[in-house]
Amino acid sequence: MADNILEIRDLVVEYHTDDAIVHAVNSVNLSIKKGETVGLVGETGAGKTTIARSIMRILQTPPAKLCSGEILFEEQNIMALSEHDMRKIRGNKIAMIFQDPMTALNPIETVGFQIAEAIGLHNKISRAEAVRRACDMLEMVGIPSARYDEYPHQFSGGMKQRVVIAMALACNPELLLADEPTTALDVTIQAQVLEMMQSLKERLGTSVLMITHDLGVVADCCQSVAVIYAGEIVEYGTAEHIFEAATHPYTIGLFNSLPKLDSDARRLIPIKGLMPDPTNLPTGCTFCERCPDATEKCAAESPDVVEIAPGHLVKCFLTEVNK
Amino acid sequence: MAALLEVNGLKKYFKSGSGMLHAVDDISFTLEAGKTLGVVGESGCGKTTLGRTILHLTDPTDGEIVFEGKDISNPTKNELKAMREEMQIIFQDPYSSLNPRMSVSTAIMEPLVLQGKLSKAEIRDEVKTLMDTVGIAKRFENAYPHELDGGRRQRIGIARALALKPKFIVCDEPVSALDVSIQAQIINLMLDLQEERGLAYMFVTHDLSVVKYISNDIMVMYLGQMVEKAPADELFTNTLHPYTKALLSAIPVPSIRNKKERIIMQGEITSPINPKPGCRFMARCPYAAEDCAAPQVLEEHSANHFVACCKYKTIKN
Repeated sequence: MADNILEIRDLVVEYHTDDAIVHAVNSVNLSIKKGETVGLVGETGAGKTTIARSIMRILQTPPAKLCSGEILFEEQNIMALSEHDMRKIRGNKIAMIFQDPMTALNPIETVGFQIAEAIGLHNKISRAEAVRRACDMLEMVGIPSARYDEYPHQFSGGMKQRVVIAMALACNPELLLADEPTTALDVTIQAQVLEMMQSLKERLGTSVLMITHDLGVVADCCQSVAVIYAGEIVEYGTAEHIFEAATHPYTIGLFNSLPKLDSDARRLIPIKGLMPDPTNLPTGCTFCERCPDATEKCAAESPDVVEIAPGHLVKCFLTEVNK
Repeated sequence: MAALLEVNGLKKYFKSGSGMLHAVDDISFTLEAGKTLGVVGESGCGKTTLGRTILHLTDPTDGEIVFEGKDISNPTKNELKAMREEMQIIFQDPYSSLNPRMSVSTAIMEPLVLQGKLSKAEIRDEVKTLMDTVGIAKRFENAYPHELDGGRRQRIGIARALALKPKFIVCDEPVSALDVSIQAQIINLMLDLQEERGLAYMFVTHDLSVVKYISNDIMVMYLGQMVEKAPADELFTNTLHPYTKALLSAIPVPSIRNKKERIIMQGEITSPINPKPGCRFMARCPYAAEDCAAPQVLEEHSANHFVACCKYKTIKN
């Protein structure tokens, strides 16, 4: 489809270690439309970051191994590109915001230089022009360009994340991969950063993959949501589908475990147990062991993805039963 | 009912290269047995230092700490040891707060061994009971922290804190490092323990939905000072201080209905080094006026609802 900027088809990624194979991403299908923000929600170790790194082609191989699948960016399979061609896309058409702004910046270069470097690499412009554009980027994210020559340690966490965002947006990317961009920040600063990303996105028309574990952040800024569990997308739909008609037991469990500001219940409803060991995934449904409604069938075979409403996909047997 | 813990005018200043860092500046509160005081604020507002100062993990600069009617502001070595049996702490990061070379049972045993009151056999039994209480299966007895996930590690942290049967526990962001599904398990465990044992918690966190859920009273801190304190529901329904308002409005709500208007604060938390005498929130406050430059007085607006803002009456909700 031409209106998809990114299409991931049947992506499988494993990490091969000395004594085990970690099944990090298992047959993931995901597409992002032009100008859309898709939320990718899941817990630690679910495979969120591995997907983003696969798209950027910055997985360290080995230990990582891209076993199968295609990643189509603007209808071009970027997994088949040479490293030389990929470098023209990475940072230019696809950019990434990393989770931890404290470690994503080079401590011995000025922030301005780091932004100008990205601009200079992808555009045939003079050094002075790159510096001028880097100053514009700083201003755009709310940092006075007079701070161009300062080093990362002179900035607070929120400011550093703004620098990282400025760097990611410096080349006007078509697709932005935001890997937990606000997790390391305080709520008030998080609100500032999300608001800023939102307005920049509207202005530049960027498509965004928003990776987070915070359903509140998703509700704030995403049109579509993919819920990932043990390397599989277990539910996908529009924000309305996920927030108003969540169907997969894991998605429902996630909502139940959140303390609600408007409820007086005295106990939370946690999901019992833990995520399965990714080196030893069960044969049946990966959520089976923690699922309150699991049947024998769930333990025996892995369910197919079912479309329960137009655009609302669920990977669970129980939806068939309920029908 | 007499208060279990009473803190009066507690101050903790740190000397830094450029002056005095006011980490905790004149904090007073009381806490009853079996109750929870939530302490919220941004990073660097002094909430962790407050907890550590009460436990004498750092010594207070000034002020009074009274525990069960006894002044423990300047304890002797023996008093301090006795005090630690009554007051414990659960740390934020279950990944760095456990000794990687201690197995689960050794780690839980440690406080009991140091206390030196029980025999070896009694300690072994006690460790079993504690592991049961916090929900760690017996098969993990000889496991080391690196073999366990964050939730189980935090359960060990809780078992260690419970070992000496304290009456008061400072919980310093105990669930911030955990995933939501695990976070709910740990919060429920802490609530169960509180009911069974009548524990008093001081629950330090930046997660406002968790704090509303678990606390009786909530204290909001800004740059070392208490700006507002109220019963949990009252704080959310009748918010008075402009900082609390901005903080509450910034919480992302996991719902796509009833999107509320967000107050985006300008700028970031200012430096706590040599602060000016006036309101510390002034630089970011949309309602700041001339009289805010004078020291702010903590005023009791209604029963048990305190606010330190000279403008709060004129701010519309």
